[in-house]
This record gives sequence, C-alpha cells and structure tokens, in this order.
Amino acid sequence: MTPVSQSRRGFLFKLGLGLNVLGAALVGVPVVGYIFGAARRRTDGQAWIPLGPVNGFPAGQTRLATYENPVRVAWDGATAKVACWVRRIEGERFQVFAVNCAHLGCPVRWFPQSRLFMCPCHGGAYYEDGSRASGPPPRGLFEYEYRINDGALWVRGGQLPTLSRPV
Amino acid sequence: MSDSGPVRSTLRWLEERTGLGDAAGLVLEHPVPRSTASWWYVFGSATLALFVLQIATGICLALVYVPSADGAYQSLLYLNFQAPFGWFLRAVHFWGSNAMVAIMTLHMIQVFLFGAHKYPRELTWIVGVFLFLCTLGMAFTGQILRWDQDAYWGLGIGASIASRAPGVGDTLVQLLLGGPIIAGRTLSRFFAVHVFLVPGILIGMIGLHLWLVLRIGINEWPMPGRVVNRETYRRKYDDEVHKDGVAFFPHAARKDMVACGIVVIAVVLCAVLFGPFGPHGVPDPTLIDTAPKPDFYFLALYALFALLPPWTETVVILVGPLVAIGALFLVPFLAGTGEKSWTRRPVSVLVVVVIVLTVATLAGLGVTVPWSPKMEAWTAAATPVRYVKGRTPLELQGALVLQNKQCRACHSLGGEGGKRGPALDGIATRQTRDQLIRQVLQGGGNMPAYGKNLSPAEVNALVAFMATLRP
Repeated sequence: MTPVSQSRRGFLFKLGLGLNVLGAALVGVPVVGYIFGAARRRTDGQAWIPLGPVNGFPAGQTRLATYENPVRVAWDGATAKVACWVRRIEGERFQVFAVNCAHLGCPVRWFPQSRLFMCPCHGGAYYEDGSRASGPPPRGLFEYEYRINDGALWVRGGQLPTLSRPV
Repeated sequence: MSDSGPVRSTLRWLEERTGLGDAAGLVLEHPVPRSTASWWYVFGSATLALFVLQIATGICLALVYVPSADGAYQSLLYLNFQAPFGWFLRAVHFWGSNAMVAIMTLHMIQVFLFGAHKYPRELTWIVGVFLFLCTLGMAFTGQILRWDQDAYWGLGIGASIASRAPGVGDTLVQLLLGGPIIAGRTLSRFFAVHVFLVPGILIGMIGLHLWLVLRIGINEWPMPGRVVNRETYRRKYDDEVHKDGVAFFPHAARKDMVACGIVVIAVVLCAVLFGPFGPHGVPDPTLIDTAPKPDFYFLALYALFALLPPWTETVVILVGPLVAIGALFLVPFLAGTGEKSWTRRPVSVLVVVVIVLTVATLAGLGVTVPWSPKMEAWTAAATPVRYVKGRTPLELQGALVLQNKQCRACHSLGGEGGKRGPALDGIATRQTRDQLIRQVLQGGGNMPAYGKNLSPAEVNALVAFMATLRP
C-alpha cells in the first residue's frame, strides 16, 4: 500500500465524515429552530380585545365575560375561547381578572353572596378586588389592562397568565 | 407432520436465510438460576405484556382519533358510541395504562427489595428508572389526548408549574403549550410526544433493558449473608447458573406466561365491567364550573400542591422532582454492594414503606380533596334540625347568614359541608363571642376576612347563632 492511497483513503474518510456532519447541521439547525420557534414570540402576543358594551356590566357586580384569543389557528375550536371576570366598580372604573388561579391555573368561580372568588382545585380564595384572601395562591388574581372605547370595554390579552408572565 | 411438509419446508427456507430461529432459541433457553423461577419475578414480563397491549390498542385508537383541538372530543365520542368496539379499545387502553403504571411500580419495588440494583446490574436499574419516567410521561400525555375539561385545566396546572422556573419559566410554558395559550397547537404536540417520541424511546430502552438482563443474567434469589463483592460476584453467579441453572424457557417462563395472561385478562375484565374513561366535559375554557382532577397516578402530586406551605411550594415543585429522580439514579451507586436480602436491609425496607404510605395517603387525600371548598354546600346542605330547634329569631337569622354567605363551603355542620376550615359543631365551646366576631371580621388562619362583606346586623345574627352551637 503506497502512502498516496493511504492519504486518499484518509481524505475520503474525512470527506465522508465532513459531508455527513454538514448534512446533519443543514437539517438540524432548522429543526431546532422549528421546535424552539414555539417559544419565540414574533410580537409580544398581546392585543386589545373587545368584551362588549359597557352597559352589559352593571355597576357593583362581577360577571363572566368571554373573548376569542387574538393569537389563534383555524383548528383551535372551542379552546380559542378565553373567559375572564369583569368587575364594574362604578362608572368607568373596572377590574378585569383572569379566571386562572394564581396558584396553579384552575378556573376560579365568583360567589356574589360572600363576595369571594374560590378555586376548586386547591382551595385558593380571593376577595372581590382580586387580592388574595386565603389558601395556597402566592398573589392575587391576574388583572388585565383595560380601556373604554366607543362605549365598549376592551382588555389587553393574548396569552395564558402565569406567575412568570402575568397578563 | 413429515419433514417434507409445506410448513416445515417454509420454516427451513426462512431459517436458512434469517437464522432467527437459532437466535431466538439461544435467548429463550438461556440458563437462569433455579431460584428465579418464582412468582416474585413475573412483574417485569407482565409490564412488558401490558406495553405490547398499549401499543396494539394505541395504534387502533389512532386509526380513528383526530389529534386536532376542534375534532378530538367529537372523535372520542364517536369511538365511545359509534365505532364498532371503539368503546372497548378505549377502555382497554385506559385500564391497560393504569395496570402498566401499577405493575411497573410493583416491579420496581420488588427488584429494589431483592437487591437487583446492586453490582453488576446498576445500568439495568438506571435504564429501568428511565422506563419508569417515560411511562409516567405516557400517562400524563395520554390524559391530555382525552382533550376534555380535565385535560385542558391539567395543562393549565402543568403550565403554571413550568412558569415557576426562574428565568426560563415563560419559555418553558411556550414550549409546553406550543403557543401563548392552551389550544390547537398544544394538542398536536402532545399527540406527537405520546404517539411517536416517547414510545420510540420506550421501545429502544426496553430493548436495552432486556439485553442487559440477558447479558448479565437475572438477579438470583437474595440469600441473607450472601454479600455482593465486586471481585467474586460474577464468578459465583456463573458457577451457580452452570451447576444449578434451568433454561429460562420453559422452566421460569411458565410463571411469566401465567402472570401475563392474568394481567391482560384482568385489564379486559375491567374494560368490559367499567367501560372507557371519559371524555368528561367539552374542553371549552369558558365553562368554568368544573373541578379538574388528574388520573390516579398524579393524585398524590395534586394533593401535595394543596398541602405544602405556600412559601415552600416553588422550591418543592421545582427541586423536589429533580431530587427524587436524582436519588433513584444514585441508588445503585450509594448501595452497589453488600447484602441483597431485604431481611438484612432494614433501612431500604423502611424507605419503601415510608414512600408507599406517603404516596398512598396523599393519593387518598387527592380523592376526597378535603382542602377544596364544597361549592354547592350553601344551597345543597341542610341545617341540622337540632341547631334550629328552640332558637330565637335573631339566631335563626344568623343560621341563614351562615348559609347564604357560603360559610359551609369550608365549614361543615352535622358532617355536611367543606373540610377546609374546622367544623362548626360545638364552636361555642371553643370560642367566645368576641373571638367569633374577630374571626369573622378579620379572618386569619387561612380564613378570608368578612368585615367588608357583612353588615353589623348580619355579624350580630351570625355570632348569636354560632354561640348556640354546642354538643
């Protein structure tokens, strides 16, 4: 065996290795981008959403309102819908709370008689202004930013409220 | 059948080309210690049988199931009520998953108590821990594919846990959900994980697990006083197998076969008797009158989340699983030699007993959820007659306040109502009027303050009523 063929074989081996690494990278980089793309936000994902005419929310009451999430795909079905609690304090003063308990995200229910929000999962309770009353939640209910436009109530939403990213 | 029959000749033709018959013969007839032909050694095979059952029923379900957020629920109802035997396949897949988690846990406890994690089978144990985690992963993702209210809010719980990770919480939530909310993209990725990713890993790992069992040999029955020593163990084991071994098939395999048959038939029986599980409630997030609950394998965790002191929660939720999984991986390195018999390993036995009792107690609490308010108690629970009889109008008014202000969501009277707060029977013997007023107005000790929600007249009536509650 001559040194020439030795080096040619060595070169072919390295070429083979290199081409495969290159191929793997050419496929792998977009794959990683594809998988982690879900975690990257093109925008902050938040948008102003109408909840309906202000008249629909009597003063002094807390009512459930629903909207369609602004960031959605055609096959979301009913899961594109989001619920929130609207408390009209008086006039144009509102509080809009996410239904998700600040503890682990279960849907809290409003009880007008005791003026408390109660969570069915682990027993978290909140006062009517959303502040924590008792149980495991580490904070009060997540509160939406709101504004009133042309007699309608709008909130800024578009994502699942969590401790690391409140509404 | 003659040697020249068509079946024989076809088999010979195949064997000449594949050689698989010889290979299978070597595997099946490999010698094992006589002591391992025991009923205690059947759980691994039984778990494998259930895995095969899950693969078979899973493929069948995927023929009909629609992994799309707007179609999944309908396709499950179609499976339950219209597809021929669809209900049966869903039921077998559900009960099979329960049985697989249960029997795999028995297998894990058995090999630990028999010292099978010790030298030279450390890697077999580690691969087994991976299999355990992957199977729990299958259980969680499978529960999500049921795409009902429990699945939807279960994902909310998962996302809320992920969000507590410092720094990367938001990224983890987005990765988990495939987008900003629980919706179409979430279900698609859980489908891919449940149907392709984790089963693929499981099949590879099961192969490795079995290869290690074949290569190193099945753990012999542990005899007290027979200490594992790295220098001598392999030689002693080989001697035992050669002197007093039996062929795995059929000597040890007979019991495995019986056990596999029993678990499969038990799963089928459960499926026929109890039917498929769910789906419960359409996954519409605006229907909030729901009390989501996980399947039984995660009830203990669910209970733990309710009972941990809030300030420890984030640390325990994030660090706890890492510590627990890390401990499982470290077991063969912390106790890799020495006594194998459970009769000489009191600490190991105690650890198993404590873990089993803890998980079982938490899971039991997860079934009764004593910490959750009983949301219907204020309208549905009657006031016991003995607490109404002979009371003044003011006290009766107080009984109404107690009912209308939903006190019974958390406090029981006559055994009916929530268990979150103390029962109010006999409260008058424990607190004075002033203490009762203070507690109602200011709350405290995990009770909300009602100062702003009750008029002075209501507080007066309520306390007057409670002051009459004696045994």
